[in-house]
Amino acid sequence: MANQDYEVHEHDVIVIGAGGAGLRAAIEAAAQGVSVGLVCKSLLGKAHTVMAEGGIAAALGNVWPEDNWQVHFRDTMRGGKMLNNWRMAQLHAQEAPERVLELERWGALFDRTKDGRILQRDFGGHRYARLAHVGDRTGLEMIRTLQYHGIHQGLDVYMECTITRLLKDGDRVVGAVGYWRESGRVVVFKAKAVILATGGIGKAWKITSNSWEYTGDGHSLALWAGADLIDMEFVQFHPTGMVWPPSVRGILVTEGVRGDGGTLKNSEGKRFMFDYIPEFFKGETADNEAEADRWYEDKKNNRRTPDLLPRDEVARAINSEVKAGRGSPHGGVFLDINTRRPADYIKKRLPSMYHQFKELAGVDITKEPMEVGPTCHYVMGGVRVDADTAQSTVKGLFAAGEVAGGMHGSNRLGGNSLSDLLVFGRRAGLYAALYAKDFGGTLVVDSAQVEQAARQMLAPFERTGGENPYAIQSDLQDTMQALVGIIRNEADLKEALKRLDVLKARAAKVRVDGHRQYNPGWHTALDLDSLLTVAECSALAALERKESRGGHTREDHPYTDDTWGKVNVVVRLKDGRIQVSREPLPEMPPDLKALFQERK
Amino acid sequence: MPTVTMHVFRGDARGGDFKEYRVEADPGMVVLDLIHRIQATQATDLAVRWNCKAGKCGSCSAEIDGKPRLMCMTRMDLFNEGEPISVAPIRGFPAIRDLVTDVSYNYVKAKQVPPLRIKPPEPDGTYRMMQEDIDRIQEFHKCIECFLCQDVCHVIRDHEENKRAFAGPRFFIKLASLDMHPLDTVDRSAFVKDAAGVGLCNITKCCTEVCPEHIHITDNAIIPLKERMADEFFDPVVWLLRKFRSKKKQPA
Repeated sequence: MANQDYEVHEHDVIVIGAGGAGLRAAIEAAAQGVSVGLVCKSLLGKAHTVMAEGGIAAALGNVWPEDNWQVHFRDTMRGGKMLNNWRMAQLHAQEAPERVLELERWGALFDRTKDGRILQRDFGGHRYARLAHVGDRTGLEMIRTLQYHGIHQGLDVYMECTITRLLKDGDRVVGAVGYWRESGRVVVFKAKAVILATGGIGKAWKITSNSWEYTGDGHSLALWAGADLIDMEFVQFHPTGMVWPPSVRGILVTEGVRGDGGTLKNSEGKRFMFDYIPEFFKGETADNEAEADRWYEDKKNNRRTPDLLPRDEVARAINSEVKAGRGSPHGGVFLDINTRRPADYIKKRLPSMYHQFKELAGVDITKEPMEVGPTCHYVMGGVRVDADTAQSTVKGLFAAGEVAGGMHGSNRLGGNSLSDLLVFGRRAGLYAALYAKDFGGTLVVDSAQVEQAARQMLAPFERTGGENPYAIQSDLQDTMQALVGIIRNEADLKEALKRLDVLKARAAKVRVDGHRQYNPGWHTALDLDSLLTVAECSALAALERKESRGGHTREDHPYTDDTWGKVNVVVRLKDGRIQVSREPLPEMPPDLKALFQERK
Repeated sequence: MPTVTMHVFRGDARGGDFKEYRVEADPGMVVLDLIHRIQATQATDLAVRWNCKAGKCGSCSAEIDGKPRLMCMTRMDLFNEGEPISVAPIRGFPAIRDLVTDVSYNYVKAKQVPPLRIKPPEPDGTYRMMQEDIDRIQEFHKCIECFLCQDVCHVIRDHEENKRAFAGPRFFIKLASLDMHPLDTVDRSAFVKDAAGVGLCNITKCCTEVCPEHIHITDNAIIPLKERMADEFFDPVVWLLRKFRSKKKQPA
């Protein structure tokens, strides 16, 4: 029995990942009175949420009383080009305000309006100023608040612990197995319910705003455990990452720069976004600079600046400008806030952007424009979940946050991620706890599954010869960057899949030096498993979807196609191979459909 | 590209030594880039913590040429060409391996701080707070928990025995931020004095100097905490008044 051989911990619910979604899920599960273990790859408080900058989208109506959940719902669906799971988008829009107010009750201090309420800022694709924020470090405020609230709720936190496999008993998930990064020892978690809150897959690309942690662990764990993934073709390239110096290429520049008045310009000094307003957004987007600039102050009589079109539109536009030879010296475009807002305002609203450019690029953003270009930022696709309960297609397995699919459709609006984490983190925690309470029978862990996972973990140490894991990771990133990037076509995608096969064969022979104690080479070797899996899912889904929509642009199928607007691309494991299918989207009820019949 | 000589600490709790690596540096690189390059090409098992690589997560703290810094925010052009650069783990915490240390002390202290307990909402069910009333706390909330302030603090850097009853600068700003929170109702003065041991701080400002977020730890957090403690516990007039007046805040 595994219990004798490995360290074993038992909980009603374990949460894998301790960013916004994981922490919120753990807090909610604990509030239901069940025992909760929170497992995270890094130290507590270091998860990706800490890097989120702009804010949390929630229709509080503090700045624009006209705002409400219906408007937020509509913006979200339109931003996702109507491919979102309507029920998730509805719950998200309805519940986000309460989740923000709850953070405030737990100690978060958002920037204030003049009358002492939570201030809200403009962001791309949002009709009204909607983002609760703290300068440009909102994610930090959110994660600290959840962290310091969470540690007093009786959670057991397992830090620097990586999960490599889920454990199953028949058709239900009953725990997970992984290793301590510090000692390299195998650890088993027995649990009635498992919540995945592992974030995204952005480390599969070369130019990315994502950290080493973003290797698609939760996506892969779910897939291997038999769960469906949807929408894996939709990857968000954030339009504004740093482009220079080379070592910081990809680091995020918040959309808040444009929300607070910044504008994109090409090498000719032209505000080029006016040339890229798509038909779909013409009615609500200003077609001249004067109107665009008036919109910041008067939203009733002016249309939104095209600088704040949804991210997919802006990223493609920047890509086109650079390709046409109108880019900045280091292959991006210019983002100008220095000529548009006073220095004091910039420093107050965007302190960490000021700091980041000053220290890393030697650029004073109050005096000079920034150079920016697209960077891999977020995956819309993920584990297929029930909208209300966040349960996957496998019993006992729940998913929330970036690892879950459906909420954002084909493209996520800025600010909708932090609110997503809170809304669906809470729901996953609640329904996982209820599921655990109803759990029938005894919790049985199959030692053969543990043994197999342990063997897989330790295999790289036993090989002689074989390659350095960093070389394989780097080649994988080059492949995805070149062939599964912002603009795709059939030939490239097929080539990508061929190269991924080669990379898989190389990864199967990867070699690790040294011993098991805190060995990043070994950790990187193990992460290749999930990284290659999500890369393949993404390339296969991208090949399947023969149209362009949101975060998936096919130059060989450049138009958005209504028939594709009715289906999700689903990937699942069958007989050890990844299978792709098309399945219909859930039908939106008439009362919500009516929201899209209004003007504009 | 210039080749740089790096002296990187390799070892664990039992000891270790600096090992020399020669590595190419591209323009604009930071120390963490070079550590990653060594990892990818020469020492795949070189242990280092990092996450955001943009000065936001506070994971990659180290002592670079003896100075506590974030590796991701230390540009190579800061150093004189040709001179070797040393990278060591933060010495204030027990070694685990190479550049990784055991910072669990901070998580233990974090849990001891009496949490926020807020007052009832206004009649409309909401809370109002004015920007000017939260400006100073927002400064404290900038803390990225890199623990460099804890690393350099004299009270604990070479005095393991003080760690039991001393919270360190990171948690002084945490305590100050809770005390100044407009909605808070908890009186933490006994905790600040005894468990957190603010009296042991002799205001050398080392913490403030190394803070990558430029938080005025000493002036804005520690000194106000010390002043309050002096008023509360050592001022005879306040002591007498307290005897006869009920306190506004509830003890933790």
